[in-house]
Amino acid sequence: MKRYDAIVVGAGHNGLTAAAYLARAGLSVMVLERRDRIGGAAVSEERHAGFLYSSCSYVCSLLRAEIMRDLELSKHGLRIIPYENSATIARNGDSIAFFHDPAKTRRSIARHSRRDADAYAEFNRDIYRQCRMIRPLLLETPPDPTSVRLKDLKGLRKLQKAFAQLGEDGLAQAMQFWTMSCGDFLDRYFESDLLKGSLAGNSIIGTALGPYSPGSAYVLLHHVMGDLDGHVGAWGFAVGGMGAISQALAAAAQEHGAEIRTAAEVEQLIVRNGRVEGVALVGGEEVLGTRVVSNLDVKRTYLKLAPRKELPTDFLEAVESFKIRGSSGKLNIALDRLPEFPALRDEPLLKRGGILISESMEYLERGYDDWKNGQWSREPFLDITVPTHYDPTMAPPGKHYMSVFVQYVPPTLADGPWTPEKRDAFGKTVLDTIELYSPGFRDLILDCWVRTPWDLENEVGLTEGNIFHGELTLDQLLFNRPIPGYAQYRGPLGGLYMCGSSTHPGGGVMGAPGANAARELLHDAGVRRAA
Amino acid sequence: MSDSPIIGGGAMLQPTPFHRRTAALNLVNAWERWQGHTTVTTFLSPEDEYFATRTAASLYDVSPMLKYRIAGPDAEAMLDRLMTRDVTKLKPGRALYGPWCDGRGRVIEEGTLFRESAASFRLNAAEPQLFWLEDCAYGFDVTVEEVTDAIAGLALQGPLAKRVLEDIGLGEAARLPFFGLGRFGFEGGEIEISRTGFTGDLGFELWIAPERAETLWDRLMAVADRHYLRPMGSQALNTLRIEAGHILINVEYVGANHALRESQMRTPDDLGLGWAVDPKKPGYFNGRRAIEAERAAGGPRRRLVGLDIEGRKPAHAAYLYAGRREVGQVTSACWSPVLKRNIALATVEAGYAEPGRKLKADVYYVKEVTQGRVEAAATVVEPRFYQPAHRRG
Repeated sequence: MKRYDAIVVGAGHNGLTAAAYLARAGLSVMVLERRDRIGGAAVSEERHAGFLYSSCSYVCSLLRAEIMRDLELSKHGLRIIPYENSATIARNGDSIAFFHDPAKTRRSIARHSRRDADAYAEFNRDIYRQCRMIRPLLLETPPDPTSVRLKDLKGLRKLQKAFAQLGEDGLAQAMQFWTMSCGDFLDRYFESDLLKGSLAGNSIIGTALGPYSPGSAYVLLHHVMGDLDGHVGAWGFAVGGMGAISQALAAAAQEHGAEIRTAAEVEQLIVRNGRVEGVALVGGEEVLGTRVVSNLDVKRTYLKLAPRKELPTDFLEAVESFKIRGSSGKLNIALDRLPEFPALRDEPLLKRGGILISESMEYLERGYDDWKNGQWSREPFLDITVPTHYDPTMAPPGKHYMSVFVQYVPPTLADGPWTPEKRDAFGKTVLDTIELYSPGFRDLILDCWVRTPWDLENEVGLTEGNIFHGELTLDQLLFNRPIPGYAQYRGPLGGLYMCGSSTHPGGGVMGAPGANAARELLHDAGVRRAA
Repeated sequence: MSDSPIIGGGAMLQPTPFHRRTAALNLVNAWERWQGHTTVTTFLSPEDEYFATRTAASLYDVSPMLKYRIAGPDAEAMLDRLMTRDVTKLKPGRALYGPWCDGRGRVIEEGTLFRESAASFRLNAAEPQLFWLEDCAYGFDVTVEEVTDAIAGLALQGPLAKRVLEDIGLGEAARLPFFGLGRFGFEGGEIEISRTGFTGDLGFELWIAPERAETLWDRLMAVADRHYLRPMGSQALNTLRIEAGHILINVEYVGANHALRESQMRTPDDLGLGWAVDPKKPGYFNGRRAIEAERAAGGPRRRLVGLDIEGRKPAHAAYLYAGRREVGQVTSACWSPVLKRNIALATVEAGYAEPGRKLKADVYYVKEVTQGRVEAAATVVEPRFYQPAHRRG
């Protein structure tokens, strides 16, 4: 029976990234995917004839350019187009817009507050400073601060240098970013509610924190630390939907010899003498491998696949208490034609970028209150994009696909689990909200696919529907992600690695966890240099 | 101004109050952006625009310059705390130029402060300052208001600028003293005129309500041919200001409130603005203790200097060497048409900044489709390359 050098469990974008790097280095690699399609939460799905939905993740900023280059993803068909602007629209018909061009952004903010327009330049400066420090750490294995191994000491030295170049002000700001609430942080700069609402949106996406919860400022940073074509914090669309990223990664992996099997659900890991030897599929088939890389989140990896009796109890306790709370939903909508947003009537180009509904930080905090009470936000935060502006291949001519990301949506409701009726009621809340900002919107809908955290968990396999495979709070970042002492893509079982977003540097379709995990595995396997 | 053919409403670039007039004369259609506005790079010939300024007069649209009115009983005290110069000595009807710093003595910006009356000042800046000014105003009985869009600005610069003013009925303004400021009647309304500028030449800056900007322009252009008065774009201005040794934010330095790297921030002494710090003035001003500490410790680590460079190739961004040691870099460079010299502004390590010091400049230049490289001798000189006597006269 064939024994693979590496088995990757789960064909999400990180699993595929790891597989591609491993295969490129000459390892024999088998990727096993439970679903009948690859991509995990980076998928494009045709549910309504002629329309391609980025059904889960929907925009791209953080995917590392290094990975694009190493794996030649453009050769495999991947194109990512930055969108130039985003706008937050208010119920009173007002708006605030953000452009790549700072002069235009400044003018837009100045309509609300001249002081804020000035402060925004300083806010941006502070964000960029942090990005400059964090970005080089994304494709690095977090060093263990308790270790005296040369590798860790080198990593710590690098970290110390990154801190040093921040200067005193920058270091103080780093502490603020990692520990403060987004609300407290933004209040230091700004007075305009709509501006603060716009910026705070980035601090709550995918997160079971409110804008005034300590730690939420980092989430904001996480969403703006990406860059596209030199624009820091810019987001873009993948041509063909987010599935195009997974398809390109899969093509790269296969080009280097990796095998990918779909409809192959792993039931459990085969462990002998504390070492993983392969996996057993549902149905009993066994696939043997010297090393296994799990693309699943830390809970699914260690609480479902791994035999509990082989694991230390304190480790299992830490995994069980890992924070991974679902808080997001998604609507994929096929539209007969473009909707009108009266707030954007003077700037029709703004419709091409992101459209946020995020009136103020209070609006967001009230939405979070609903979540805490086991209810979806009655007035939700919405991140609306219409990728067909840039990529007309995703819908029939003249028609449009609209992606609506919704925050906050609980994984289970106060009055019991999700039901089809409750899902419909949640969808109605979202559509009613959009209708407030775009009268007549409902009449344009050809299809509407509502997805709750329950759906994300059961279809895609995200525990509780958490899009980041675990909260992005300081206690779960860097050398603490996912579990203190196990942050270097390895766990207590020999030969078992993790490459999903539960590991450093977290979620957001970066590909960095996959690339980092592959590098660690190759190091252990004694493969010095990738092909 | 939304009737402009090239600029619509919304968050696009703004036209200045002179836009319709400058657009009509911009024969080469060369535009650039300045603080969210479209401004002219050159109308027809940068050389002609330059020489008009050095031999006669030119008009340059400075409307995008950010302007702040600081008024109230404590305005003088607040500004004295803001700026490194002694504002209490600034009389109504006069202006001063100087920097303002953060608490660690790093220059946020430098600009011109106009004292319009005992309790009302206007501060001109190149970068947004409202956030900082409002914070600095805390505890003072003042109001801070951005008046950028309420005032159109036109620089009339050149040795014949006085004659031009006299020719349009502003002879009284022509007699303003150097750094003087006054309000005058003009075409049935008012105009504010200051004896200030950025060219190092004799000159004035004319400040007027935007709705009257075109009237002012038309009156001036009606006498243009009698005085070799030319509208000027930013390209000519850049040569003029380098010759004058005037530093430019985001070129010679980055404002402390916008710099990403601490290493890019500059103290007044770094920038050669030590003369504009008044340590004898009583009380605290932002950066005082840090500036005094730097001076007590032997002065700044680097200095802004002028360079006189051999040859004719402008030493854009050239690294500077003392022997094999890299000691600095050029920030601005040009061929000076009035001096017929190859000049530059540069930042160099303090130990290599004394006038007369010989350095080597590593100059790259365009050699048809390749890049040429030459090591040119560069002599440290005072940065005020061109200071004609008529400037103050």
